[in-house]
Amino acid sequence: MADVKVNGKPAVKRRRSAFRIGEGLSRRAYVGIAGTVFAAFVLLWWASTASGLIKPIFLPGPDAVWVKMVALAADGTLWVDAGASLYRMMVGFLLASAMAIPVGVLIGCFRPWEAAIEPFVDFVRYMPVVAFVPLTILWAGTSDIQKFVIIWIGTFFQQVLMVMDNVKRVPPDFVGLGRTLGLSEFKILTRIVLPSSLPGIWDTLRISLGWAWTWLVLAELVAATSGLGYRITVSQRYFQTQTIIGYILFLGILGLITDQSMKALERVLFRYAARR
Amino acid sequence: MAAPKLSITGLEKWFPSKSGPVQVLADINVELADNEFVSLVGASGCGKSTLLSIVAGLQDFDDGVVLIDGAPITGPGLDRGVVFQSYTLLPWLTAIENVEFALKAAGKSAGECRDIAREHIELVKLTRFADAYPAQLSGGMKQRVAIARALSYRPKMLLMDEPFGALDALTRHQMQELLTRIWEEHRLTVLFVTHDVEEAVYLSDRILAMSLHPGRISASFHVGLARPRTQDVISTADFIALQKDVLKAIRAGSQQAEELEA
Repeated sequence: MADVKVNGKPAVKRRRSAFRIGEGLSRRAYVGIAGTVFAAFVLLWWASTASGLIKPIFLPGPDAVWVKMVALAADGTLWVDAGASLYRMMVGFLLASAMAIPVGVLIGCFRPWEAAIEPFVDFVRYMPVVAFVPLTILWAGTSDIQKFVIIWIGTFFQQVLMVMDNVKRVPPDFVGLGRTLGLSEFKILTRIVLPSSLPGIWDTLRISLGWAWTWLVLAELVAATSGLGYRITVSQRYFQTQTIIGYILFLGILGLITDQSMKALERVLFRYAARR
Repeated sequence: MAAPKLSITGLEKWFPSKSGPVQVLADINVELADNEFVSLVGASGCGKSTLLSIVAGLQDFDDGVVLIDGAPITGPGLDRGVVFQSYTLLPWLTAIENVEFALKAAGKSAGECRDIAREHIELVKLTRFADAYPAQLSGGMKQRVAIARALSYRPKMLLMDEPFGALDALTRHQMQELLTRIWEEHRLTVLFVTHDVEEAVYLSDRILAMSLHPGRISASFHVGLARPRTQDVISTADFIALQKDVLKAIRAGSQQAEELEA
């Protein structure tokens, strides 16, 4: 294309403000801004503690937290705690997911099943998970099973409704197509509805994985003899605020890693959805 | 006269609504001869898509008889290929795999599937994009694959529900030309729903105009334009005259409905 020229000079390329609705942003600028916010957060934290504005017993500086975390990693405490928590979270989450996907698909496809299950699940969903903690301790003590149950209660009911929505979003004409091809209801379900809703279901799993972390830590805070949440409670008893803050940040990083791995897997699994 | 491919007699269809049942189709009587290309035109809401959906077996009807080759329809089936207005390529399958999906459903062996699918992808001129996923195809290409898919398993008739409705004018014309060429070479009974009168005149042997509230067949037009047809036919006097007549029939049908409601 020929350049538009005004008085022999190339026309001035108008630069649009980055603050127009829907305006794009370069990858470099995006990472730059995000990085700056993280850096500003750490700087503010460091400044408020190093200046003596906040006592280290309430909020230790980033340097102190770092030193403590390195020590806990070196003597293995951190890894043992993380291992115990990761195991509980994974079992609880997989249990909930393995049950939520079939139920969600069922009620997303068949209205009578929806009538039987959806309103009830909606009812249970609004019961506070926290309130189940004392009950689950009565049922299962402070064992791992109690952690699985709490994670299950906290994620299963949400997942069911989200999977149902994923299934309902399958275009009706996809089902119509299956019918015109003479496929049985079962084959329409397995060959059209399931693969079609899979990217949505994957997204549901990714989002609910975050909640599983939250409920696990809650369960460990209240009653546990190992795990990241347990360490946080113990540290509170001994005023080890470095450990508490270090563990909270560590949990954030663990969440970020699991979320990013799910996203990376999504790009591999559902490559077909990418435009060229 | 030979037995009709499709025969609809006294078809009635009602939809439930808050203020009681509403009649959408009233006393529909239609016959399609073997290898005839018939378009259903009408204003939106006249029930033309519902009628097509009933013939496809995707919707029930309340009264009347629908026969294919003299046998009443009992739900959808492989004897009727359907091309939907919305894009219905399965996104996790490539263009050619989408065609193979239909062939597999029709009980063809794996080897046959590949060959027949390739043949039909070629028919709609998409050989270069055979291995592309739907997300990589334009709207027109997607509908071409959908047509290839519907033709691949050799249905007795093809049902098309505004298949080019979502496409831009230029692509729409290309698709009409492609469809005409395929139809003139291979011949098949086609029921084609559209609200685009020009499209109907260009493609069809016969046009059925529908009126509103309830939907009825209000007029039938024989399209005598010579075949093979090219886009040049659109500017001929005969074409324009027929187009005007059909439009007039549709307008009269919807005006009548408005007067009745007033």
